[in-house]
Amino acid sequence: MIEVKKVTKKFGSIAAVDNVSLKVTAGERFALLGPNGAGKSTTIKMLTTLLKPTSGQLLLNEHDVVRQQDLARKSFGIVFQDPSVDTEMTAYENMQLHGVLYHVPKNQLKNRIKELLELVELWDRRDFLVKTFSGGMKRRLEIARGLLHHPKILFLDEPTLGLDAQTRNLLWDYVQRLSREQNMTIFFTTHYLEEADANASRIAFIDHGKIIASGTANELKKKTKSKSLEQAYLKMTGTKIRDESVDPHEAWRQRHRARAMK
Amino acid sequence: MRVLFILWLRQLKRYFRSKSRIVGAIGQPLLFLLALGYGLGSIYKKAGQGNYLHFLVPGIMIQTALFAAMFFGAMIIFDRQFGFLKETMVAPVSRLKIMFGSALGGATTATIQGSLVLVISLAIGFRTNRWAMVPVAILIMLALSVAIACFSSGIGSFVEDMQGFQAINQFLVFPLYFLSGALYPLNGVPTWLRIVAEFNPISYSVDAMRWALLGQSKFGIEKDLLALAITLVVCILFGVYRFRKIEA
Repeated sequence: MIEVKKVTKKFGSIAAVDNVSLKVTAGERFALLGPNGAGKSTTIKMLTTLLKPTSGQLLLNEHDVVRQQDLARKSFGIVFQDPSVDTEMTAYENMQLHGVLYHVPKNQLKNRIKELLELVELWDRRDFLVKTFSGGMKRRLEIARGLLHHPKILFLDEPTLGLDAQTRNLLWDYVQRLSREQNMTIFFTTHYLEEADANASRIAFIDHGKIIASGTANELKKKTKSKSLEQAYLKMTGTKIRDESVDPHEAWRQRHRARAMK
Repeated sequence: MRVLFILWLRQLKRYFRSKSRIVGAIGQPLLFLLALGYGLGSIYKKAGQGNYLHFLVPGIMIQTALFAAMFFGAMIIFDRQFGFLKETMVAPVSRLKIMFGSALGGATTATIQGSLVLVISLAIGFRTNRWAMVPVAILIMLALSVAIACFSSGIGSFVEDMQGFQAINQFLVFPLYFLSGALYPLNGVPTWLRIVAEFNPISYSVDAMRWALLGQSKFGIEKDLLALAITLVVCILFGVYRFRKIEA
């Protein structure tokens, strides 16, 4: 369902992703884990057509993401790491816009919006401007929106960042259900290792742009003789703290978020 | 069509929800009309040129539409900073539709603002006997607004932040506006200024507006419309070209 073949992405002379190959089959819940700046987000951005690879090939649902952009784009839904809802519109309007962009048939759109907003418990707030929402509510809206067009593949880039335990629980329960009942392929990143342990059917560790290990949680634990996935992860990626180079928009968003939290 | 419509609608909704934008849109042209229209009116009359307010109104309408359409480019920067741009960038819709739908929305709000200026002008003493031409005047504003909205989305696609965007506004759009014939007649200005004005697309929009509302034209309406059409095509091509290169 997802195939990454010898993909490299260079920014200047630095390779953010270095000759990476991956294969995720339909219905798998795949976790890509790694320290900050390891290449997780760059990989997701390339898979979701936001960045073009310097070399190599990426396939989604057998469509080349560079040459068959629109077909590839129809195959996936994504919950971004940073907020991407329009805060000056209502929750319902955000959903509606998404439905139209993804060509959801008119007669189905209303029902689907209702179903998903009820699922994330935002139906009562559908006509409120998103700027009045808390961080968790915005996140839930993004999740509902990512599922609106019934994608075959769902990307979740650190989806639980800043969520309370209740919402995290709700999210993972639903993701599990989607993968079991609809055979949806899930590709996610997270910094919470226990989430990957509990929810991923397969895991890959990425560091310095390279895949350094992959397998089920148990295989990775066995390989490193670790009791927990976190221990296995730290053994492989080391304990040194990484600095991520930040692009200007990201820096702005971070400042903005910091201000909003005060 | 559904895609173009919903993106257009988004711009309109956002405009009508932002009270500060509506107030600002009325305040600035009103200030120009009062300060310049009344302030310079008597000198203008003494120089034998007639009613300055009448001369000024078409220019201020263009000014309002021009800067409002320019502001649309800033929306792209905001969309990027607030992350919403990514939502549209991963959608299975051509970049052309995304840019064009939104730009049409931006141009529509700009034209509404320009038309509001006409209403304000009537309230403070502007008169015309060419009412049948008012729809033409609105179409001229719309054409210019679409051009500028596309141009500004092109700019918004590659400048990193609002400061960069403001710099382009200051060094390109402001001079173009002040060096057009919007605020003063181009008869009897120094040769260099006349030449600049003749290569300035804004001059032709202003001239076309004056033709529509007052029946006066310096360049001739055919030449005005031709210049406007060229501006429109160039700006659309520029906007589409730059917008396609966005990497979010």
